[in-house]
Amino acid sequence: MTPADTLRFASRAAAAYPLRTALMVLAMSIGVAAVVVLTALGDGARRYVVDEFASLGANLIIVLPGRTETGGVNPGSFITGTPRDLTVADAAALTRAPLVHRVAPLSVGNSEIAVGGKLREVMVLGTTSDYAGIRLLDLNQGRFLPPEADKQASAVAVIGSLIRKELFGSEPAVGRMIRVGDRRLRVIGVLAPAAKGLGMSHDELVIVPVATAQAMFNTNTLFRIMAEASSREALIPAQRQIEQILQARRDGELDVTLITQDAILGTFDRILGALTLAVAGIAGISLAVAGILVMNVMLVAVTQRTGEIGLLKALGANTTDIRNAFIVEALLLSLAGAAAGYGLGQAGAWVIRLLWPVLPAWPPDWAVIAGVGTALATGLVFGVMPARRAARLDPVQALSRRGG
Amino acid sequence: MAQIELAGIERTFTLGDSRVHALRNIELAVSAGEYLAIMGPSGSGKSTLLNLLGLLDRPDAGHYRLEGRDVTALSGDEQAAVRRDRIGFVFQSFHLVPRLSAAENIALPLMLSGMPPAERDARVARALHDFGLESRARHRPEELSGGQRQRVAIARATIMQPAMLLADEPTGNLDRHTGQEVTELLEALNAGGTTLIVVTHDPAMGARANRRLMMEDGAIVDDVLASDMTR
Repeated sequence: MTPADTLRFASRAAAAYPLRTALMVLAMSIGVAAVVVLTALGDGARRYVVDEFASLGANLIIVLPGRTETGGVNPGSFITGTPRDLTVADAAALTRAPLVHRVAPLSVGNSEIAVGGKLREVMVLGTTSDYAGIRLLDLNQGRFLPPEADKQASAVAVIGSLIRKELFGSEPAVGRMIRVGDRRLRVIGVLAPAAKGLGMSHDELVIVPVATAQAMFNTNTLFRIMAEASSREALIPAQRQIEQILQARRDGELDVTLITQDAILGTFDRILGALTLAVAGIAGISLAVAGILVMNVMLVAVTQRTGEIGLLKALGANTTDIRNAFIVEALLLSLAGAAAGYGLGQAGAWVIRLLWPVLPAWPPDWAVIAGVGTALATGLVFGVMPARRAARLDPVQALSRRGG
Repeated sequence: MAQIELAGIERTFTLGDSRVHALRNIELAVSAGEYLAIMGPSGSGKSTLLNLLGLLDRPDAGHYRLEGRDVTALSGDEQAAVRRDRIGFVFQSFHLVPRLSAAENIALPLMLSGMPPAERDARVARALHDFGLESRARHRPEELSGGQRQRVAIARATIMQPAMLLADEPTGNLDRHTGQEVTELLEALNAGGTTLIVVTHDPAMGARANRRLMMEDGAIVDDVLASDMTR
């Protein structure tokens, strides 16, 4: 039997039992679709988190006051007292690090904002002009904090888009006076909407010069310092330079914590990658179930067609012919199932993207290849046993049964 | 030299605890072109003998020489090749593949032999013409009458131009008239030189053969040549 004939014979056989074929293709396609959809979900979640962190701005180093020990309790935990605060002077010192490109001190507090009769709670962020560059902020109107305001408590403010909408409506905001806490500030800019990152939306923020914020909250400490390394490769050495500078300024004690988005990102990437794999494994079980179904159905087919197998043997078919015909039939069914499942899975992922537009639920290439590949492999592996049984049938006994 | 030579053939089956001696010490020689009827009551071993002649079954003892070659020693796949090239089968229940058309059923042995489709189609077209099935080529077995089905089966059995044709009750599922037609068809093929061996219950059909084997309890009890009887 030539390969083309085997293929034609097997496809005719598969087509001759439409209900059986449809059910098996359905089972196989559900397995493949499950792999495609679940990995799309897992990978979508991973990409969502990665994007979220990437929007922080690249090459970012965040300095936190206090040392976070990950080794549990050690003798040092009892000796060291409260950590020294971060100050504006620390931030200014960091600009001297050769690999640090930009530095922005962050002072944060809650206050009230009032315009005309309208009043609302608001988060106030005190920082410097470089903050816009580090966080890649765009302005809709006006301008960001001017560099001249970095060192003095100027009475200016940049407001988020949502604040502008709620307090000014359709009126122009730039140039207007607002009251924040007990201070009157002039609005000099409005941020573009949808600047996101780390759960802190810039849409509901009022940004003022750092000195203004510190005066407002009557403090001289900082919440964070954000520093930007000059390049991605400089991230690690820049971190070391920052540590050296701060250590020197703190009598040799390094009581600050440095976080890079790379580290956070790497961790999340690994966690969610593992999650995706686990989910794919679970979906793989349904593929294995489908494989056993393939075997079951093919065994039934062998029984159903015993008479036909006996006939083919009487007509001169050798064992290879018969085995190949049944394996090819199992493969064809699996292939149809894999193709249908791939389509079904892509449709499912599309529906997920439609329902949750923020989630980039695209099935990863490896999952698609693995899903379809596994389906074919299962078809082959689970098709071999029934095919061998068919090939081994005794022609006399096979013929005496009225199978065909 | 005889086309078929059986020497000391024994075949026993185990059914539950009892052993059934289906064939006992069969000695038989059949020349090319003979027309042989195997007759006898049910369970006399005639179907077993036919299966053995068709290489569908193996003897427990003895030798089967087909065209001078000992075929009992061949492997399963070698026997399959002999079946394909030298032997044609016609069954009582036709044994057509239900999902294939008449033409495709006839083409099965050619397909199994790996013949290219173009050559195959030409041979099948000739067979359809010879057996008067041209208008039925695209029909599936369920759309054919019993006589047509058996003609398709005979066309399939002869498409490889085998040396011998083995028919197991070929008219058993047909009415008298169509049975007559099928018998004449088989006899015409025999007249063309193909050895014809028919297993039958029907004395009328057996009477048409040139040579009759009577079987009883797995043994050949009578072997009559028609020319002897007319004498």
